[in-house]
Amino acid sequence: MTLGLINANPIVHAKKERIARTEDLHCEDAVDPLDIYDSVRDIRDPEHPYSLEQLSVLSEESVTVDEKRGRILITFTPTIQHCSMATVIGLCLRVKLMNSFPPHFKVDIKVSPGSHANEESVNKQLNDKERVAAALENPNLRQLVDECLQSNDL
Amino acid sequence: MEEALEGNLELKEIQRLEGHSDRVWSLAWNPVAGAAGVPAMLASSSGDKTVRVWQQSGRDWDCVAVLDEPHTRTVRSSAWSPCGKLLATVSFDATAAIWKHAGGDFDCVSTLEGHENEVKSVSWNASGSLLATCSRDKSVWIWEVLPGNEFECVSVLQGHTQDVKMVQWHPFLDILFSCSYDNTVKVWAEDIDSDDWHCVQTLGESNNGHSSTVWALSFNSAGDEMVTCSDDLTLKIWKSEIQKQQVGDGYAPWKHLCTLSGYHDRTIFSVHWSRDGIIASGAADDAIRLFVENKDGQVDGPSSPSYKLLLKKEKAHDMDVNSVQWSSKETRLLASASDDGAIKIWKLESIS
Repeated sequence: MTLGLINANPIVHAKKERIARTEDLHCEDAVDPLDIYDSVRDIRDPEHPYSLEQLSVLSEESVTVDEKRGRILITFTPTIQHCSMATVIGLCLRVKLMNSFPPHFKVDIKVSPGSHANEESVNKQLNDKERVAAALENPNLRQLVDECLQSNDL
Repeated sequence: MEEALEGNLELKEIQRLEGHSDRVWSLAWNPVAGAAGVPAMLASSSGDKTVRVWQQSGRDWDCVAVLDEPHTRTVRSSAWSPCGKLLATVSFDATAAIWKHAGGDFDCVSTLEGHENEVKSVSWNASGSLLATCSRDKSVWIWEVLPGNEFECVSVLQGHTQDVKMVQWHPFLDILFSCSYDNTVKVWAEDIDSDDWHCVQTLGESNNGHSSTVWALSFNSAGDEMVTCSDDLTLKIWKSEIQKQQVGDGYAPWKHLCTLSGYHDRTIFSVHWSRDGIIASGAADDAIRLFVENKDGQVDGPSSPSYKLLLKKEKAHDMDVNSVQWSSKETRLLASASDDGAIKIWKLESIS
């Protein structure tokens, strides 16, 4: 049985050039939004063989950091309004950040305003850490997330 | 009589318990230990799929047991029976387990199956004859404790529209409270004529309730006030004329008394009311806060009471505070657990 794709024909954009930046001018613990963007831009979409950046799910503007309060906010844009993969994308972003950045940073992940039919419920689910913890203990979901995170070379 | 809470207070860290290899979700003090020569005992549940039991030994605390079976996923919480001899643990693996504590050993004497997915909370009623569990499957189950470590499901309560985060029995009446991702608190009671349990009250946003997930609730020692905490960053105090209900004068509904807002700036996961009237809250802002009834300015008799901040402890942990629990025996002794994997024991003291 072939499963129908949720968005069969996504618009694919070119990968952006990586900006060469000098290493750590500031203190060691500092987190730069562009560093975060660099770590998540190549996450593969759960449905398509393209990165979240190529599908414009993420852009440099997706990441905001409040250094003083230790907060990271990622806002992503699902390719279609009814994207049922939005929660999987959110899980991928969360796991990637957990693995890459200091654990005391508080991470909020949201869909960009107006980009999803169930915006409020998707956002609530993505930020309920008990649900996130339970989802990541689900072997099938975990495998899907790991696969999306592995593909650094598309 | 308790000494009055006066002057400058501090929450002093007196112990840090390390051992879990993942976040610690919840804590439970053994209700009979910690007095009359019986050393205090604390159970901690963790994302590392185990429960650890810690026991005070002089000034130190030792991990006296690691319960690494039968749960195969996160152990979300645990609860001691009122006699302190049984420990119930619940897990994301959809089961509850009952442990018997005898002669220093813990034996798993029963496994309760029935929920469809993650079980999140467990509570014993005051007499220890009933056990309640709740799950992401939106249901609350009531189990009767039978001789021979048998547990029989006597009711499956449907009513919440989303996962149920916590269940808690009233401190002395057989009334059950549940709070949920659906933003409500529900009160459940048994119908005397039919033996059926049903929802007698729903505290939602339309009755001054919470506007997001309600994570936890706790009662004062008199059982006539309840505090709830939420993802909406507030704590709410509720009151009931429980004495009327005690004398059989029908159900005494819970009414919103006041809302404490502006204290925590991330999700409040845990709240616990001490026997001597101090409310502790722990949140995703890594902080612990303490509140007490504000008795200032109440010259006109029984005006509606309000609550005030007694103390704030920023950076109580390196990460989210998931659980705060006052000792059941020793006053002003508080335990907290965090995503950082640590458990801390605190003493509330006056700064001399």
